[in-house]
Amino acid sequence: MTNTIADIETADVIIVTGSNTTENHPVLSSFMKRATKRGAKLYVIEPRKIKLTEYATKWLRQEPGRDISWINGMMRVILKEDLHDKAFIEKRTENFEALKEAVEPYTPEFVESITGIKADDLIEVAREFAKADAATLCYCMGITQHICGTDNVKSLANLSMLCGHLGKPGGGVNPLRGQNNVQGACDMGGLPNVFTAYQKVDDDKARNSYEQAWDITGLSGTPGLPVTEMIDKAYKGEFKSLFIIGENPLVSDPDLNHARKAMEKLELMVVQDIFLTETAQIADVVLPSLCFAEKNGTFTNSERRIQRVRKAVEPPEGPWEDWKIITAIASKMGVPMDYEGPEQIFEEIRQVTPSYRGVTWERIEHLGIHWPCPETSHEGTPILHTMQFTRGKGLFHAISHVIPAETPDEEYPYILTTGRILYHYHTGTMTMKTSGLNMLAPECFVEISSNDAQKLNLEDGSMVDVSSRRGTIQAKVEVSPKAVDGTVFIPFHFASAAANTLTNAKLDPTAKIPEFKVCAIKLEQPATA
Amino acid sequence: MLYINVQKSEAMEHVITINNNQLSFTPGQTILDVAADNNIYIPTLCHLKHASPTKTCRVCVVEMQGEDDLIEACATPAENGMIIHSESHRVIQERKQIIATLLNTGNHNCSIRNLDPQDWTQFQMNVHQADQGNPLCPVWGDCELQDLAYMYQVQTEAVDAVPCQYETERANPFIIRDFSRCILCGRCIKACNEIQVNNAIEFGYEGVDAKIIAGNDVTLKESECVFCGECLQACPVGALVPEQPYRHDRFIDTVKTRTTCSYCGVGCQMDIYAQNNRIVKIDGADDDLAPNYGSLCVKGRFGYDFVGSEHRLTTPMLRKNGELEPVSWDEAINFVATRFNEIKDQYGPDTMGVLTSARITNEDNYMSQKFARGVLKTNNVDHCARL
Ligand code: SF4
Ligand code: SF4
Repeated sequence: MTNTIADIETADVIIVTGSNTTENHPVLSSFMKRATKRGAKLYVIEPRKIKLTEYATKWLRQEPGRDISWINGMMRVILKEDLHDKAFIEKRTENFEALKEAVEPYTPEFVESITGIKADDLIEVAREFAKADAATLCYCMGITQHICGTDNVKSLANLSMLCGHLGKPGGGVNPLRGQNNVQGACDMGGLPNVFTAYQKVDDDKARNSYEQAWDITGLSGTPGLPVTEMIDKAYKGEFKSLFIIGENPLVSDPDLNHARKAMEKLELMVVQDIFLTETAQIADVVLPSLCFAEKNGTFTNSERRIQRVRKAVEPPEGPWEDWKIITAIASKMGVPMDYEGPEQIFEEIRQVTPSYRGVTWERIEHLGIHWPCPETSHEGTPILHTMQFTRGKGLFHAISHVIPAETPDEEYPYILTTGRILYHYHTGTMTMKTSGLNMLAPECFVEISSNDAQKLNLEDGSMVDVSSRRGTIQAKVEVSPKAVDGTVFIPFHFASAAANTLTNAKLDPTAKIPEFKVCAIKLEQPATA
Repeated sequence: MLYINVQKSEAMEHVITINNNQLSFTPGQTILDVAADNNIYIPTLCHLKHASPTKTCRVCVVEMQGEDDLIEACATPAENGMIIHSESHRVIQERKQIIATLLNTGNHNCSIRNLDPQDWTQFQMNVHQADQGNPLCPVWGDCELQDLAYMYQVQTEAVDAVPCQYETERANPFIIRDFSRCILCGRCIKACNEIQVNNAIEFGYEGVDAKIIAGNDVTLKESECVFCGECLQACPVGALVPEQPYRHDRFIDTVKTRTTCSYCGVGCQMDIYAQNNRIVKIDGADDDLAPNYGSLCVKGRFGYDFVGSEHRLTTPMLRKNGELEPVSWDEAINFVATRFNEIKDQYGPDTMGVLTSARITNEDNYMSQKFARGVLKTNNVDHCARL
């Protein structure tokens, strides 16, 4: 997030898109809801009529996977009506002309024909967004999990820059991070192309300083493979080993049948986790580790705030901390690693991570600090880009829309979109151990509109077969006012009816994120009903 | 010189006197806010920080010079020149009266009501009867009303408790609603409607029938409630209590630890309460602490059973003859290290990969990538955040 969570409450206009905030970031959604009580305008742009639409000034419904069109459309309205922030554009950005040209075709009527969003609504929201003193854009996986996810994100940045809403309180472009420490995992270099703090692995200087800090030579300067490509290579027999730490890709990956076959071809699969997950069950080696309540360390939240994690209970006998297992293997392999504990590791992180350098465990004892925090006298950076962008000037990107990789046809006439629900988390390995949560959300469901249910002769609560080109699952029908005709929603938490058996593994070419949010499916009465 | 004068006179315009202390304030602050800022205690029950005044309990009354009636500190904005007494005789008498009434109108079977030190047995019997055989109130020792009763030495007369016309609700897995102990302060309503803005509960019915209702008086499960538990955390008495039966062990030491929620990216700050090494309760931390200011959601507050779960992995396992079999750490580490080295030699580092995690700590993530890059010598390291 460029801004803080609390900052959202101070915005005059809030646009939420691709985020089912009340279910996935419940506490953050309170800041939005409270803002509306204070008079802020909230616009929800979502394919489903999610709970948050009840609090919204207006709900705009786009066809799944058509986001670039409405964003470009809004920018065109803003330009035509001369509502853009000329001073900001002049001083802080470049490539404005190209943007202007790119959005020109996106008349409100054209946008309506692609997205289904009414021309009048588009114009209204564009005006409100541009005229607001401070307007924020909040989004989540509904924006990123598309073949054009990267372009979606860039488009939102375009829109915010165009109105000068970046770098000030109540503004910003705010991706809401799904899992607790996604931000931290990225910051720490848990990505194929960068070390900590996004220092590129193919940058000689960065690599040299790492070799020195680690006292290890011969670090590879070739960017590695993202997980989806590792799986593809494994499928072809070109990949030999995977060390999987605290993840359950056999429920969370797209096109699960493919992923499972790929993993079975590995020569060695090591899984380190707290439970025997679906993935661990097919591993060659399983290593037990500790959970958050049993260890010390830090998480970095969505607003880049580095916060302490503390041991609240003694761990069961047997499992080790993750870092300890890793260092034991490393040492055995001939690269000795020796740490007293996580605080010493954090000290090393500070040395090699410019944006974390000023943070110490002592400083965040009471309250976390937002990175970048380059030195211990620095207070941290709640709002990014107040003076300039990371690259200096903000670059407008000229972007045109693309159609989702798979659209409905005669055989697979419905659009499937996947996501999470309030009572469960990711693949459910943690939440499904709490019986109360299971009571409130016991099983997978297929959310469809009452029109579609009628058309297909499906009753609420009956079972239905859902198939895509990649597989079939069976789950309960849930007729819901949240669903819009033609679009079906299935939560991906449940291994027994894993929605990702159906999803399309087609990737965004830059971010390598699969298109979880759109694929074509059909619904049928179960053969043996 | 001039500068100092301006400063002074400006500051002088925002001063009130509480118990003979001259205190400056920021316009918009209530008397209660000013008192709190200056460590002057004024009791409250219905007041909820960051929410609008509820004005139901009146326990925060104070005396203001020149005003006949006592005024509510929580709802009265501080004005220049006010002279306030927060613990005058009149104030204390009034508070005693309020506390006694609250105790008498509900099933408050703590040792406060009907306390007759001469007849302990009779007292115990009454308690049991009133509670249908249950022991003391589940929040005994952790109740704001009880605290106030002690503090103001309220001894209620031997008034029989009015039996509650509403049955206790236990229809959901997390929150017990015991209407017999509800003091109708409405703090839960503020928590639900103004802090979390879930709009699930409100005041219902009038007079002796008054009740906090969900929807049009249905169970929480049938209402808009999303079980965030904000109301539970706000309830000053034993009317809303967690279903988790920890309070039966209330005489066992509880250890409180501040930490960060491990579910979503909001990173809520929370206090974990543990007894005998078992988590028994999780509350939102300090209501002035970012990022969540005391709030939590259902997962963060109630989704902790996995921590001590019997399904946890406790020993390393190695696949032997097709089955995963328990082995020692030595054997597991040896095996993994040997195999990694072999594969690296035979096929090269770029046929190997590490999937680190968006759930583990920064320190653990850092070690995972250091392992991939520094030991395996490949940049094939990623996590599943995009999935
Ligand atoms: S649990 Fe949350 S939503 Fe339910 S009544 Fe309490 S405050 Fe409202
Ligand atoms: S309590 Fe809920 S909103 Fe807060 S971090 Fe945990 S999962 Fe997210």
